[in-house]
Amino acid sequence: MLFFNQKKTFRGGIHPNTYKELTEDLSFEIMPPPKQVIIPLSQHTGKPAKPLINKGTKVKTGELIAEQDGYISANIHSSVTGKVIKISSAVNVNGFIKESIFIETDENEEFCKMPSLNIEAITAEEIKTRIKDAGIVGLGGAAFPAYVKLSPPDKKIDYVILNGCECEPYLTRDYRLMIERTDDIISGLKLIMKAVNASKGIIGIEDNKIEAINKLKKALSNYSDISIIPLKTKYPQGAEKMLIKAVINREVPPGKLPFDVGCIIHNIGTTISIYDAISKGEPQITAAITVSGKGINKPKNLIARVGTPLIDIINFCGGIKSNTKKIIVGGPMMGIAQYDLSAPVTKATSGILVLNDEEVTNFKETNCLRCGKCVEVCPLNLIPTRLARLTQFKKYEDAKNLGITVCMECGTCTYNCPANIPLVQWIRLGKQKAMSIIS
Amino acid sequence: MISLEFSNKLELSSSPHIHSKWSTKKVMWFVVLALMPSLISGIIFFGTYQLLIVLVSIFFCITTEFCIKKIRKSKVTIDDGSAVVTGILLGLILPPNFSLTATALGAIFSIAIGKELFGGLGFNIFNPALIGRAFLQAAYPVAMTTWSKPNFSVDTITSATPLAAYKFDKVLTQLKPMIIGNIGGSIGETSAIAILLGGFFLIAVKIVNWRIPLSMIFGMILFSGILWLIDPLKYANPLFHLFAGGFLFGAFFMATDWVTSPITSKGMWIFGFAISLIIVVIRTFGGLPEGVMYAILIMNAFVPLINRLTKPKIFGEQK
Ligand code: SF4
Ligand code: SF4
Repeated sequence: MLFFNQKKTFRGGIHPNTYKELTEDLSFEIMPPPKQVIIPLSQHTGKPAKPLINKGTKVKTGELIAEQDGYISANIHSSVTGKVIKISSAVNVNGFIKESIFIETDENEEFCKMPSLNIEAITAEEIKTRIKDAGIVGLGGAAFPAYVKLSPPDKKIDYVILNGCECEPYLTRDYRLMIERTDDIISGLKLIMKAVNASKGIIGIEDNKIEAINKLKKALSNYSDISIIPLKTKYPQGAEKMLIKAVINREVPPGKLPFDVGCIIHNIGTTISIYDAISKGEPQITAAITVSGKGINKPKNLIARVGTPLIDIINFCGGIKSNTKKIIVGGPMMGIAQYDLSAPVTKATSGILVLNDEEVTNFKETNCLRCGKCVEVCPLNLIPTRLARLTQFKKYEDAKNLGITVCMECGTCTYNCPANIPLVQWIRLGKQKAMSIIS
Repeated sequence: MISLEFSNKLELSSSPHIHSKWSTKKVMWFVVLALMPSLISGIIFFGTYQLLIVLVSIFFCITTEFCIKKIRKSKVTIDDGSAVVTGILLGLILPPNFSLTATALGAIFSIAIGKELFGGLGFNIFNPALIGRAFLQAAYPVAMTTWSKPNFSVDTITSATPLAAYKFDKVLTQLKPMIIGNIGGSIGETSAIAILLGGFFLIAVKIVNWRIPLSMIFGMILFSGILWLIDPLKYANPLFHLFAGGFLFGAFFMATDWVTSPITSKGMWIFGFAISLIIVVIRTFGGLPEGVMYAILIMNAFVPLINRLTKPKIFGEQK
């Protein structure tokens, strides 16, 4: 049974300094549209969308500009009003070159929305169709098209779990969303529950987010089918498998998905997008982003248009300090270091971190001390030191037998290794090789 | 306003971008710090000469490592602090007033055979300090079992260790001097208080995994307790076993050596219990009064096997 106030969690994990104080008390600011946006055709897992416009087309904010292509893909809408200046390749925040639509912004903004739907009378099918039309992708990292997640193949879903953990250091956007849009989150969760015909909703939140827990609890006092479960503050508490283990004590087996154990997990931001798409007819054209780190002059929680170049956001936040060393998109544990600041934010961008030399620690790598610290913290009970070693020796088959493909690349092992061995980097490499072995 | 050119100055590397504040070097210096109470207790009970033994041991450990790395033309890694730790550990498990020449030889053996022969830090199978001591035991059997009388000893005749006194003369040393350290024994092994001070510190900062000392202590109480219950007149009581000889020092500083102990939690329990079992067997039925060194060395050899047998079940995996 689940009780209030019980500190639940999983085995393993780490407690890095959270640095949330830099932005946790800052309300969202809305950033005006930049001069130009670069909208990648592929902001999601799966096939890139097919462009519907040409060079020179005038588009309105919210207008469909690229269409879902295949089952796993997502629609893309213009995030500004303006003129398409070209469709060509551009660097994106994952370090890849992707086909993108460049739009020059017009001063006079015009909106193009879908009709609002009545959230009381809506059917499960209508919910899914709207989520699909609005091009909503999951905001938890993988950017999986949301409607696909809501169409589990013939499985009974008894729980919809909202991920309010935000366990990555620095990031506070989910926390701010929970405080500023409490009721909309609950309505969004209700809609998801309806879409998959689940009877129970759970919001799992790390126990350091007291204000969010209190606000949600208050708002939930007259809902009996949704409960809040405060969880231990620990990384990676927000990883799907870890969260499911903590809140309903089920283990998702290697290679399986949450629906295999009867639940569906959505991110806080996704839930709000779903609510907005249904009740207001808004497609997903903005991203809620935390801009933080000791290297940025004015840390902010920001609502920015999809396609805004990183450099514009950084300048909007007062620019950077001179001892800046790294700029990361995402959190410091799993985010990606940037080498080109013209890359645009996408639907799934959660944060931009500007880290200085004191925050990015670089120790010398030494031999493995066989201390077992990596084994101790791996949430998936893997043996990172052995997996890394096997990869170095190109023994991918053995690594596969020891579960290398199960690794979720959370980086916990690397964080904790006193010898500073880049374990997850090796494992990532070994994982790719092991996956290509036909078994 | 920053411009796009700024990109060129950014550092690139893959996630994670932050790291715990622990490094090999820092860990080693914390271990050195944790060994200080034991070193000080050795100096208090046996005199300042003991400091010289430890310094000679450290010096020859470092020099040996340096020379071997140079000869092999590999990167000199003495700044990681591991040679210093080995040096102190070896010094502290030698008898008081031991010969400096022999100490130097032991230190050279520790590093050359115990560590570098296997490929250096991380690759050795046996605890280097114990390898050095085992070598000295073989090379200098008499000197290695000649014990100085502690400075504040009330007993003016005997300087034997509690274990030898019990084994050969059935004299049971009282608990209080064993806890304080005012008894015969190796330089750093006599004072339980000093050892626990350093040991608890290492557990508190999570360098030492509590499972190993705890399982050793449990194991010792269990195995020696069984014998004691069978015949309390013939076999020493568990508390005596805990505080006598090198048990505590071994439990907190030797068996817990990262490189030569298991990496899995279950493995640590097995390792600790097995060491205690072997100690009890040697102390009770063997020809030697002490057995900590051999017990740990024997179990060191089983670590790869233990690691393999105790591989944890992958999350969500059904057996
Ligand atoms: S990166 Fe992989 S191996 Fe390392 S802790 Fe995370 S899941 Fe375990
Ligand atoms: S944490 Fe690092 S040093 Fe320790 S066992 Fe794992 S890889 Fe080796």
